[in-house]
Formats: sequence, C-alpha cells, structure tokens
Amino acid sequence: MANLNIPVYLDYSATTPVDERVAKAMHDCLTLQGNFGNPASRSHVFGWKAEDAVETARKNVAALIGADSREIVWTSGATESDNLAIKGAAQFNKRKGNHIITVKTEHKAVLDTCRQLEREGFEVTYMDPEPNGLLDLAKLEAEMRDDTILVSVMHVNNEIGVIQDIAAIGALTRSKKILFHVDAAQSPGKVAIDVDAMNVDMMSLCAHKVYGPKGIGALYVRRKPRVRIEAQIHGGGHERGMRSGTLATHQIVGMGEAFRIAHEEMETENSMVEGLRDRLWNGLNDMEEVYLNGDLEQRIPGNLNISFNFVEGESLMMSLKDIAVSSGSACTSASLEPSYVLRALGRNDELAHSSLRFTLGRFSTEEEVDFTIAEVRKAVEKLRELSPLWDMFKDGVDLDSVQWAAH
Amino acid sequence: MAYSDKVIDHYENPRNVGKMDAKDKNVGTGMVGAPACGDVMRLQIKVDDAGVIEDAKFKTYGCGSAIASSSLVTEWVKGKTLEEAAAIKNMEIAEELALPPVKIHCSVLAEDAIAAAIEDLREKRGEKTESAA
Repeated sequence: MANLNIPVYLDYSATTPVDERVAKAMHDCLTLQGNFGNPASRSHVFGWKAEDAVETARKNVAALIGADSREIVWTSGATESDNLAIKGAAQFNKRKGNHIITVKTEHKAVLDTCRQLEREGFEVTYMDPEPNGLLDLAKLEAEMRDDTILVSVMHVNNEIGVIQDIAAIGALTRSKKILFHVDAAQSPGKVAIDVDAMNVDMMSLCAHKVYGPKGIGALYVRRKPRVRIEAQIHGGGHERGMRSGTLATHQIVGMGEAFRIAHEEMETENSMVEGLRDRLWNGLNDMEEVYLNGDLEQRIPGNLNISFNFVEGESLMMSLKDIAVSSGSACTSASLEPSYVLRALGRNDELAHSSLRFTLGRFSTEEEVDFTIAEVRKAVEKLRELSPLWDMFKDGVDLDSVQWAAH
Repeated sequence: MAYSDKVIDHYENPRNVGKMDAKDKNVGTGMVGAPACGDVMRLQIKVDDAGVIEDAKFKTYGCGSAIASSSLVTEWVKGKTLEEAAAIKNMEIAEELALPPVKIHCSVLAEDAIAAAIEDLREKRGEKTESAA
C-alpha cells in the first residue's frame, strides 16, 4: 500500500524527518557553487550573501513567534537555549535575588540546569503539576517571592503533549517583574505563539521537531523591556555577544525554512494530524483498562500518551517491532524508575510502566494509523494473556491489597 | 536496545504459559516482583509422587527479558527434582539468554521465582524448610 510505510514512524516528538524543501534550501548553502560564505565576513560578497540568508531565516523564525528578528539568538538547539536562558538570566540577576521556580515535568535540559544553579547557590522550587499535567496558577503565585528572579515553564510537554497556559503565567510574572522563560521546543507549528501577548521574556526553540535539521536552535531574548543575560559561550562576540561562534549558515537556513513552512501550513497540518490522532485514540479506547495520560483538550494535535494497564511498556514496544513509538517505562535504563513526568502527574508506578507515547506528524497517514491500531490491539491481547496481573484483575483481586515483594 | 535471538524466540513463542490450580497439594506457586518495579513473575511447578517436577507454567508481567527468563526456567525445571531445580543459578539463565547487564535482574527474578515455588510446595506438604539454597 502506497500510504503504509513500514516501519511506521510515530515518534514525531522525538524528532521529525527534514522536509524536502528544507533539505533543498540547506543543500544550497554548502558547496562552492552555493552560499557557503561566513556570514561574519564583511569584506566580500560571499559573506554578504550568507548574512542575507541568515537574516531571512531570522525573520522567518521571529515571525512564527510574533517577535522582532533582532530578538533571535542562534544556538545549537533547545538544550543550549535552555542553558543560556536560565543560567544567563540567573547569573546576570543574582544581585536582585536568587530564587527560581520551575515544574517537575520540565525537560531535563531545564531541570538539570536548575540543579547546577542550586550547586552555585541559587534556590529552586520544583512545582508539582495537577493530575492533568497543567500548572495551577494560584499555586504558582503562592510560590513567588520578593527574591524570585526567574520562572521557567515549558509550553508543550514532550511526553504527554499538554499545553500550559503561557499567557496567564506571563501576565503573572510580568505584574511581579519576574523574568519568564519558556521552553518551546515542542510547540512551534502546533500551537500559536505570540511572545508579546504572552509576556514571554525568553523562549527556547529548536528546528528538528519542526521538520528542520538537528543541531540548530534559537533563543528569543526580549528587547522591550530589555532582558539581559550573561553569555555562556565566549569568543568572537557573535549574536550581540550572547552566543559566540561562526554561524552555521546551512543549519540556520534550514531552521528558517522549516519555520516558514510551519507558519504557512500550520492550520491545515494541525487539523489533518488531529484527525489521525483521534482516529488512533478511537481505535484503542474501547479496550478494557486503557488510560489517556494528560489533558485531552489542552493538548497538541499529534500526541497520544496511553497506559495499557497490566502490560509492561517495553515488552509492548518489543511486540510492535514495525512501529516506532516510545515508552514511559524505564526498564531499558538501570534505574527501573518509570517516567518522572507520569509520576509527577500522580499516576501510579504500574500505569507509568505501562505507558506508550504515540506522536503523529506531517507524513503520517490513515493507513499507518489503522495498521497501528490493529498491531497494538493484537500485542496488548497477547501480553495480557501472559500477564499474571491481568489474571488477578480478571479474578477480582485488588492489586493494591497484595503484599508485593519489592526488589 | 537489541535483544538476543534467544530472548526474541522465547518472547515470541513463550513456552508453558498458563495457570495451574494453586490449591492442588502437588502444585507450588511462586510469585515474585512488584508491579511498581515493572515486573511480576508467577511460576508454578507440579511434582509427581517421586518429587520430580512433571509440569511447569508461568505468567509474567515485565519486559521481554523477564518474559524470556521465566519461559526458559519452565523448560529447565521440568524433569528435575526439587533439589536440582533449586540449584539453577541466575547467571546460567543470563548466559543462556545473553542478557545485557541492565537485564540481569530479570534472571535474578526467575531464580527467586523457582525458590518461591519450591518453598510454597514444601510448606504445603508440611516440610518446613528454612531455605532451599
């Protein structure tokens, strides 16, 4: 079947394939015949041409988030952007205060950066989200103090796809003159972004979740009112001193083209992806003991995170060898700790161990969704036949009443 | 992570899946692990009058390596006396299945399941033993 590509890729939140149009634009910036110059070369046409391409890309990235192109700083990806924003703002503002607020379901690029700042003497509050994954604004306000200098909250969660109310948080931080950083690695092209309306001060972006290349990202840094940060990488003073290093023209052009396409095609693409996501959920949710993780309404179109109770996630993935998904079970790691995101939602460990994340995108098809539904149903049925927990559940045993020998 | 061919074989064609009557005095049931840890094994053995294991069944909630480890031990314990079965060591299971280091705990669990099933059987028969090992 033409529209069924096996193995089926349903892991678009991990990364996306580069759009052909993006790959073409990048290719044109590499060879002697192409736009290969150093954008910082001021003395000849090779440099000017490269600089033009970089500035066009900057405008395209800025346009998608409602920013001015002078507010975009190129980085190597969202992880670097998170580091630059959080460390940079904390270090610049440490005379004002040393308290930072973030959330337990943030990406490790934010959480580990905050841990590092704790070692440097900052104090960090890690908030619990509500069971649907969203932040309670009253609770957030209650955590804000006179010495709070920064709040960092992600826009869209990578595991469960829930969308935080960034505008409401931004109104709160602005009224208290606290800087607001948003990790938006997962949201461009999926949720409308307007940094002014949302009162965002800094926003981390990356290309490879939006059909652009890996290895390139950006940090939005507000100009009015001006946000100042300490550089983390020093050198030639590129990017107005905030991030030194020769600009990677082909990567930047790729990100710009990816964001331009996302901006243009967002609406049609999202309704297509949402239709497929709902088709997938409707094909699975009539099974017994199947739970959706995270809010269904406040969620990006392409994400479905499901717990199949009494079936362990990794073995389920093993059965789905023709489908690329990811699991919240951490049986693959030595820790045996399941997803910290699902645990932070208050999901019990069993359900966290039993979860799979399906993320759909631009190239997903109905045929792939239907194939996935059939394969998942078959695998869950097979593994439940193998599961002593399923047996006990069917016999009416309350699993919480059993004394387990934890190991 | 790549699985060994033997793990895949046991996972795709698990041997001796099932449940025996736990009340039968010739049946020993061992259930080890915990759902919160991501794996639970239930191993059942049935002995004949001479004390030889004539049948074994399992069900396992867990990763592919956990399923393969328990499937493998049901094959290995059949035809063995309780003492011989109790002598099966986790490293033999891990070696046979070529388990990577992060999956060694699956073989430990399988060894524990054998011990638990034997102990249950001995208790039922009134043979109070402290430890099979």
